[in-house]
Amino acid sequence: MGETGTTRTLIIRESVLDKNRAIAGANRARFDRWGCLALNVLSSPGAGKTALLERTLTDIASRLPLAVIVGDLATDNDGRRLGNRGAPIIQITTGDICHLDAAMISRACDSLDAEPPEVCFIENVGNMVCPAAFDLGEHARVALLSVTEGEDKPSKYPTLFSTADLVLITKTDIADAVGFDRQLALGSIRSASPNCRVIEVSSRTGAGLDEWYAWIAETRAARPRGSTG
Amino acid sequence: MHELSLMDNVLEMAVQHAREQDATRIHRITMRIGEMSGVSVDALSFAFDVLTQDTMAAGAEFEVQTLAAMCRCEGCGAEFGPDGPIAQCSACGGTRATLVQGREIELASMEVS
Repeated sequence: MGETGTTRTLIIRESVLDKNRAIAGANRARFDRWGCLALNVLSSPGAGKTALLERTLTDIASRLPLAVIVGDLATDNDGRRLGNRGAPIIQITTGDICHLDAAMISRACDSLDAEPPEVCFIENVGNMVCPAAFDLGEHARVALLSVTEGEDKPSKYPTLFSTADLVLITKTDIADAVGFDRQLALGSIRSASPNCRVIEVSSRTGAGLDEWYAWIAETRAARPRGSTG
Repeated sequence: MHELSLMDNVLEMAVQHAREQDATRIHRITMRIGEMSGVSVDALSFAFDVLTQDTMAAGAEFEVQTLAAMCRCEGCGAEFGPDGPIAQCSACGGTRATLVQGREIELASMEVS
């Protein structure tokens, strides 16, 4: 410490995001204890996160215990849509906070402790900016890009796509109707995220969903076993 | 980004450190912000002015040191500043690199009494 007159200098060097990081680490450890794969699902509003998860629950909730934690600023509409499909749904309403953070996930996980899932989907708030900066304790990030929102979105929102392990191109059933340029989109994704996997899906027709389920299974299998697993 | 809530966290950290050092006033807060952190320094400054009112940091100076983006090449280990979304190593031409500096949002130091 230096002294200048009556003031002294304190050297701190602490990251402001340390607190979230610490809680995220604890969340990840809890998912590991459960033997649960945690997936953070991110996208712009309206890219099809809820529709994808509705279809996913319907198709595979009978095969293994799933759960969904869904975040929105207001309403429990998404929570209700996902309900009655064989998996517990925890709805978080954030008020005016435009992203989920690790503390919110920690509280949601308390509700799942009694019967932990083997895959937990975290449907983040629809937003391509802020959620990308907050580690929730997930094992992998899934970013959705719909055919309707512009092929260059990945270049415009590089942090979201560069931190994604998997990019799902959604609503492929209407790609022709909107003049979607597939090569342009793939190029944009590659430039933001050279090593991520890309799967093209339509939640409405079911196209590509088997590949999505296979990716979930592969990603689960690649996880180290939990202490009880 | 959330400059207001970030500044809220920064001030919480700063006040705690000040108290631990038996200080009663904060005169200056210095942050290190990476150029790729997504944080707007102007918005942060504005948040500082707003949130320090009626606190032990009221009237304090706010300083930001901006950190340039730096990558380390995964091929040869050289460090270089990326000049675009696909960073190319100036030493070996490789395109696989890890960002080693540039995303910091850090409370670096403070002056107290």
